[in-house]
Amino acid sequence: MARARVLIRPKEGILDPQGKAVERALPALGFEGVGHVRVGRLVELETDRPEALPELCEKLLANPLIEDFEIEQI
Amino acid sequence: MKWGILQFPGSCDERDALHACELAGGEARLVWHEERELDDVDAVVVPGGFSYGDYLRAGAIARFSPAMEAVAELAAAGGPVLGICNGFQVLCEAGLLPGALLVNEGMRFVCRQVELVADGERLSIPAKHGEGRYWAPDDVLDALEANGQVAFRYAPGQNPNGSAREIAGVRNEAGNVLGLMPHPEHAVDEMTGSTDGLRVFEAVAGAAGGGG
Repeated sequence: MARARVLIRPKEGILDPQGKAVERALPALGFEGVGHVRVGRLVELETDRPEALPELCEKLLANPLIEDFEIEQI
Repeated sequence: MKWGILQFPGSCDERDALHACELAGGEARLVWHEERELDDVDAVVVPGGFSYGDYLRAGAIARFSPAMEAVAELAAAGGPVLGICNGFQVLCEAGLLPGALLVNEGMRFVCRQVELVADGERLSIPAKHGEGRYWAPDDVLDALEANGQVAFRYAPGQNPNGSAREIAGVRNEAGNVLGLMPHPEHAVDEMTGSTDGLRVFEAVAGAAGGGG
């Protein structure tokens, strides 16, 4: 059984309102100089077939039209 | 003609859609998401709601249901399919319509009456969604416009979610699969202020060669 983490985030160039909201909130808390905040999601899983992970990501975990993903085996 | 209205766990607009279909003409029945055969159905509505809790992405899990396999077959055979709100998201996730629906630009769930323009006609129907920002790459948007596949636009100043090119709804290349974010099924009775939504169902019924 292999363990993996899949990191999914909005593609470059696609407006990420969640990231923007976080970015705008930071100066009010005293965190100046933070930019390009992008909010994505993290999926952790265990699998018997790590070789199928890319296909699994393309078909379900991410929408390749609007999202990029990275697979990290742990 | 006979309509089938899909029902997923988490759907919430299927009964209004059923009512709208009956008003537009013909019989209508609900189709549970585990049904694999739709042989008795001439046209399908994929209704609004929060299928499977909208986990992962809106529509991402619903697209793998047995009923959606049957819908894909019906669509491939030229049968009319109408996706509303979550149904539009499901059809995009399933690849039956181009593009994707993203979180509203303003980050808020919107619920308001909107004016739409469809083939020069204006319609007033409600919108209620948190993930309704239509997006597709520029070349795809260009192609949609060139092919007449932009079925609905928000009227000037009415775009509630930041959709690209004010797009509220699109159809596929063949023209038989149609999706939109606003809710025509909630605008079929004067009681709620507008009956413009009925025209959307009548147009789909017309495409099915049915009605009356």
